[in-house]
Amino acid sequence: MTHNTITIDGQEVPFEVGQTIMDAALAAKVYIPHLCHYPGLTPHGNCRLCSIEIGKKSVAACTTPAVAGQQISSNTPAINAARKSITQMLFIEGNHICPSCEKSGNCKLQAMGYFLGMLDEHFPQFYQRRKIDASHADIVLDRDRCILCDLCVRASREVDGKNVFAIAGRGTEAHLIVNSSSGKLVDSNLEVDDLAANICPVGAILKKSQGYDVPIGERIYDQHTISEIGLQESIAKESKSDDN
Amino acid sequence: MNQSISNNPDSKSVHLLHRLYALQQQHLCISSESMQQVANEFCLPVSQVTAVVEFYTFFSRGPCGRYHLLLSNCTSCGYLVGGENFLLQFTQALDVSPGETRSDGLVSLGETSCIGMCDHGSAMLVNGMPLILHNADRVNHIAQLINAKTSLADWPAEWFQVHESVNKKGLLLNQNFIPGLSLKNTLAQGANEMLETILASGLRGRGGAGFSTGQKWQFCRQAEGAGHYVVCNADEGEPGTFKDRLLLRQHAESMLEGMTLCAFIIGAERGFIYLRGEYRFLLSDLQTVLAAYRRAGLLGQRILGKEDFDFDIEIVVGAGAYICGEESALIESLEGKPGIPRIRPPFPVTHGYLNQPTVVNNVETFVAAAHIAVHGSAWFKTMGTTQSAGSKILSVSGDCELPGVYEYPFGVSVQQVLQDCQASDAQAVQIGGPAGVLIGKQDFDRQIAFEDLSTGGSFMVFGVHRDLLTINRNFASFFAHESCGFCTPCRVGTQLLKNNLDKIAEGRGTRQDIVEIKRLSELIQRYSHCGLGHTAAHHVIDGLQRFPQVFEENLTQQSFMSPFDLDKTLEEARQITQRDDAAAHLK
Ligand SMILES: Cc1cc2nc3c(=O)[nH]c(=O)nc-3n(C[C@H](O)[C@H](O)[C@H](O)COP(=O)(O)O)c2cc1C
Ligand code: SF4
Ligand code: SF4
Repeated sequence: MTHNTITIDGQEVPFEVGQTIMDAALAAKVYIPHLCHYPGLTPHGNCRLCSIEIGKKSVAACTTPAVAGQQISSNTPAINAARKSITQMLFIEGNHICPSCEKSGNCKLQAMGYFLGMLDEHFPQFYQRRKIDASHADIVLDRDRCILCDLCVRASREVDGKNVFAIAGRGTEAHLIVNSSSGKLVDSNLEVDDLAANICPVGAILKKSQGYDVPIGERIYDQHTISEIGLQESIAKESKSDDN
Repeated sequence: MNQSISNNPDSKSVHLLHRLYALQQQHLCISSESMQQVANEFCLPVSQVTAVVEFYTFFSRGPCGRYHLLLSNCTSCGYLVGGENFLLQFTQALDVSPGETRSDGLVSLGETSCIGMCDHGSAMLVNGMPLILHNADRVNHIAQLINAKTSLADWPAEWFQVHESVNKKGLLLNQNFIPGLSLKNTLAQGANEMLETILASGLRGRGGAGFSTGQKWQFCRQAEGAGHYVVCNADEGEPGTFKDRLLLRQHAESMLEGMTLCAFIIGAERGFIYLRGEYRFLLSDLQTVLAAYRRAGLLGQRILGKEDFDFDIEIVVGAGAYICGEESALIESLEGKPGIPRIRPPFPVTHGYLNQPTVVNNVETFVAAAHIAVHGSAWFKTMGTTQSAGSKILSVSGDCELPGVYEYPFGVSVQQVLQDCQASDAQAVQIGGPAGVLIGKQDFDRQIAFEDLSTGGSFMVFGVHRDLLTINRNFASFFAHESCGFCTPCRVGTQLLKNNLDKIAEGRGTRQDIVEIKRLSELIQRYSHCGLGHTAAHHVIDGLQRFPQVFEENLTQQSFMSPFDLDKTLEEARQITQRDDAAAHLK
């Protein structure tokens, strides 16, 4: 394998040919904020939180191949300000009432808000009306909180081999749909142990009867930053692929 | 990767979009049962069929009326042009609200983005056919015909007459095109030589971005793949553009030959014309030309008798989505999916249709290529500038006496075009459509060329009487409506931008809102995934820079205004409680 390097915020980062900038950065323990990226799934590039700069150009780190010699800026005030705005956009687009959400403390959107120093939602709320699907015995789908990251779609297709979810509709009408003739989860083959049922970064896909097993204050992002967890996920994935 | 789950459109004789169109025609909607049935027929997940139905404007899950009226909301062929409000007039004359179907199921009314009728003034699609609205009398006449259930065939034919006003011919439109000659030349010269000719001509893409056509073909030819494809982009979705409509109607032969000689150079056996759904009325004539070409041995197997030169073209008709003009979204649509732009690189030249090497070019680009194959590269370069060889065909519309198609050598000044179309009181021109550039008088001496003002063909004139803020709001709604919804900055940002401009137009904007609009525009432009987002805020940035007074005049002096009108939000409560007294208002 050929080793090359790129430079992220002045730090040299090695990469293997075929890796994206995100892959290389995470492997070198350089955190680049992200919500729609998950190690091992095909990158999608929809959330744009991983926007970085190469020269004057802004690109998504998760979909841009690493090329030797790239000079990359990531952790700069301007880029982080844009990331904060993007996070705020995701908040106001859906209906995120954190204090009453089961996912609070385990939610990556919320954790991203903490990480980027987001103190308010800034933009006016959209107050969209979205449908809840509680038809499944073990899993509930609350579209109010869906950020359209597509992780459940890819996890189901690529890892579970099932294709339970898809995103339909254009623009702000985009919404998550279920691949069953009734469009309901109960008629899909989703199961609690599927990656798709566990990967949702926010409280849109939740397992029933587990919401308060871990008390508030002891949850993931009550104790860790999203950057720590983001790097851990990548290490976990790497050791897993080494096992194989 | 997902090829195993998603379909291989190649194995289907009917295209998914065409199957769905037939269902929409037959049932006036596409029900859940129909979607399940189509999913079974095409061996697709029902979620993919649903995602396609919900993506395109011309498919609907709920029932449309037997007469389905879609009024263009473009600034040149929209329902507000000429001081009328045709949408309101229809609402009253037919007793149906926009976006709804009348309870008797007879008629439904809605808006749609530019339908490419800008040289005709206000126009609409009735059951997919373009109709020129003309005046309020016609609206009433239409309402009568609908209420009397008169068949469209019995409506006055002149309402449907789409005229091609070619007001100025140039390098291409002046030529008398002899069918087959460009292909004979190509065969005589050989693929290498003809590619050299195209390269030497300096031809650049006419769809807007201006990439070197010869280079694109060269990259595609060099790319390895199981098959190569040629795609003609006839989506013409940029508001204010209708020059491809003329080319498709009157110059289809040269377009087909351009595609065919491209196929010969890159080694393709199949090609597609992706025709925008709004141009479905051109379909049968195009099919006729294709059939004639096949009969003449200029298309199909062993073209001009040459062994191994097999190439044929299919037409795929879109279903109402501006984003499908973006080449990778177009390819997704060709593959029977929602038009979501792909991650680029890889580019279509190496990974296009079915992930195979694919050339996507605009209609006019193929027309130009065929003429270059006949007349040579030197001929082409006699016109234009050093960086922009040849001519550009413009669609001129808006506030001028002579809207229509104009062909100029590249390098022509805006002033010259304004003079020729008799626009005597222009205060501004939008060049390249809402995604392009808004300029004022101080820039009228600038040139139409890739190195200065680049345009895919749209040239919209705004006279002094036009309120430019209304124009900006119109464009902002356009992008919010056409954003594919894939990435956050564009999906949410275009909607926020629209809301912000609406606030200013309502007289509720503050100085802080201007700061906010600038910041938002930069975010959308810089951080979006594709060209739609990258250009969606240009018009606002240009407006603020070149016409700041338009915004300033509307600002309130107050330092803060809530994003919503508090009194207005109480309207629903007032209706429920049937109150309208002073105490039920906040003002
Ligand atoms: C949002 C968007 C819409 C577009 N619409 C069109 C279109 O309607 N017609 C077109 O030819 N090109 C359109 N393009 C440009 C195409 O992506 C592509 O560059 C072009 O078809 C290449 O052909 P050319 O090199 O001959 O111009 C669009 C691009 C974007 C980003
Ligand atoms: S449900 Fe969750 S995982 Fe799926 S798209 Fe929405 S936010 Fe992403
Ligand atoms: S920029 Fe807009 S149109 Fe392009 S991918 Fe993003 S949401 Fe879709």
